[in-house]
Amino acid sequence: MSRFGSLGDPPATLLLSGARLIDPAAGADEVRDLAILDGRLADPRSLPPGAERIDAAGLVVAPGLCDLHTHLREPGMERAETIESGARAAAHGGFTTICAMPNTDPALDRPDRVTWVQDRARSAACRVRVVAAATQGRGGQEIVDAGELAAAGIAGVSDDGVAVASEEAVRDLLTRLGPLGLPLIEHAEDSAAAGGAVMRAGHTSTRLGLPGWRAIAEMSTVERDIRLAAETGGWVHVTHVSTAGALDAIREAKGRGIRVTCDVTPHHLALTDAWVGGWRTFSWRVPAEDPFMTPLDAALAYDSACRVNPPLSPRADALALLAGVADGTIDAIATDHAPHPRDRKAVEFGAAAPGMIGLETALSLGLAAVAAGSLGLTRLLEALSAGPAKLIGETRSLTEGSVADLVVFDPARPWRVEASALASKSSNTPLLGMELPGVVRLTVAGGRVTYRDGID
Amino acid sequence: MRDLAETSPRHRPGAGGALVSEGHWSHRHLLDVDQLTRAELEACLDLAVEMRARRDRHEALDHLRGEVVGLAFMEPSTRTRVSFELAATALGAQVVNLPIEASSVSKGESLVDTLLTLQRTGISTIVLRHSMSGAPYLAARSCDARIVNAGDGTHAHPTQALLDALTLREAIGPLDGKKIAIVGDIAHSRVARSNIHSLTALGASVWLAGPPAWVSDFVGWPGVTVANQLDDALADADAVMALRIQLERLGGDAAMSQRDYTASWGLDESRMELARRGAPLLHPGPVNEGVEVTADLATSVRSLIGTQVTNGVPIRMAVLSLLAR
Repeated sequence: MSRFGSLGDPPATLLLSGARLIDPAAGADEVRDLAILDGRLADPRSLPPGAERIDAAGLVVAPGLCDLHTHLREPGMERAETIESGARAAAHGGFTTICAMPNTDPALDRPDRVTWVQDRARSAACRVRVVAAATQGRGGQEIVDAGELAAAGIAGVSDDGVAVASEEAVRDLLTRLGPLGLPLIEHAEDSAAAGGAVMRAGHTSTRLGLPGWRAIAEMSTVERDIRLAAETGGWVHVTHVSTAGALDAIREAKGRGIRVTCDVTPHHLALTDAWVGGWRTFSWRVPAEDPFMTPLDAALAYDSACRVNPPLSPRADALALLAGVADGTIDAIATDHAPHPRDRKAVEFGAAAPGMIGLETALSLGLAAVAAGSLGLTRLLEALSAGPAKLIGETRSLTEGSVADLVVFDPARPWRVEASALASKSSNTPLLGMELPGVVRLTVAGGRVTYRDGID
Repeated sequence: MRDLAETSPRHRPGAGGALVSEGHWSHRHLLDVDQLTRAELEACLDLAVEMRARRDRHEALDHLRGEVVGLAFMEPSTRTRVSFELAATALGAQVVNLPIEASSVSKGESLVDTLLTLQRTGISTIVLRHSMSGAPYLAARSCDARIVNAGDGTHAHPTQALLDALTLREAIGPLDGKKIAIVGDIAHSRVARSNIHSLTALGASVWLAGPPAWVSDFVGWPGVTVANQLDDALADADAVMALRIQLERLGGDAAMSQRDYTASWGLDESRMELARRGAPLLHPGPVNEGVEVTADLATSVRSLIGTQVTNGVPIRMAVLSLLAR
């Protein structure tokens, strides 16, 4: 039986015995008991008699996951997701912090709108940080009041869904945000270069007769933003990087000391553009089929669940992105959890709303990559926890005395992705029906149990 | 993974008589020719030949008696729609034509809603023409009717490819080892994509020629050669297929004028001399005379354009009857 808790619950006291603790920030990976006393990590001997004792043998304990990129759809599209349901989806996926993106209706472009979300999230199932819009109404021209928004506690600004259109606006934003220690979170897509495209250009788009988005559409915005970051000293965070070329540009800029960071989604690591054609092979597997020749599967081809922006990448990019996570060029894995109601997806591929949900499958896709030998477990957990947390001023630690903020999961146990198994109000993911490794057993955020399953 | 549920009752052909050329055929929908094996392709062509003969003899056929075929053409079409209507009627079906306005993709009623409505009114087969690639695949998994793709976006046009294969087979014999050139805007052509599948499956080698922006993405397709210039594609070709050029694209991604296009890629009698003697010309129509093909060539003895149209009805009869089995 699974249960959700909230940040408003009393602090937890419990013992996890015999778990494998992985604390990437401390470089620790050891099997031992871990105690939580009144919400803080404590010496197991200090627990009162009768405290709940959980046999965690075979389970992994890691710092609480942190998502830099979540669409909660509230206000404006509550039938797709709400702050409450999205936070539960996060807790179910092992996340203790999520960053709510501002492309709501109205957009989160003013301090009062930011605090409205923060207030509603106060007793959610995870911490909700807010990313404010970069420009008024996400219009791309007139920038928001960075100082006031910073005072309201935002995690950054972004016009996500699109890049900040005006170069002048980007320059102004970087100049003002830099001293505040906040990033401009950029959805890098040159809308002119991407015009009309609904997937990445490649063999699959040629086969399917769908207009293809060429890698330059991301590259040109990334190059512009790196240049402006160098010029202003401001901080650009490129979200959901999806092309090997843009990743190389970011790696090179980091080498020159420019303040640029980036994240990648689990689906750009694990899925490929061939999924649009109905293939269901993870990127790290060598494809057995030729996308030009294999008959399209009537049940899976043109599945609008695979319509996502930026579009799913060809395999070579996905492998380059995996390597970018492994070598640290990519700072974080961020879900771009983008819930949509059924009617926005039960349409022609080219008419479908772009985006897929990700909070509840991110860890599992990462663990599938680990099982395939494409990523180390410690690096995966770092990219899902301490890595992103650092970018928004949070820490993640499993050392005694810290506030308990962690996820406990069974790394090998498989589960089937089904709408009924998801806490999200939406189920738009092409992973439905598939079996993935990794079941979250317990999530503790800020000392409170926010989710538990099968641990009683 | 997800399977299409076969929930609709199958209607058996009535007293139409056994057809000698009926082969194995296990498909509920015709979404593209890529789903057909070589044996199925050939069975379909053989059945079309027989259908044509029986139609010529004015035999009454009742393979689709009691069935209602819905023609949902969400894009303008004359020859394809008329030919489906004649084919369904010739097999004894009742035909319902949806006006474009009623079936257009507009706010309010989605494609899925429209198709479910059709299915619930008793339509057992929906012939779908749609401007967006992949729409028939959505249709096939959203409703229980049989779906026949009558052209989707820039993706596929399977019955056109079948009638082209029939026309070619009757003009130049079995396609094994034959060189077929396809000339024009391959990238945006559903006719070309489906023909690439069926012609290569039938053993032909396919050469593509056109402005680089319209052909280069096809490099690497097994059985396909992308020519650098028109003459390479035409040299010793056993047949040549020209495609209709959408004139508004010439200024756009092809970045050339109509005059430049015709100078580099237009077909005329003298260029056709590079092909094998008597090599036929095909075109899915309607022809932009003087652009992709000269008027003289389009009406010459090489031209099979009229035959293609004629073969459209028996091919669609074969497809509709095979799907209804």
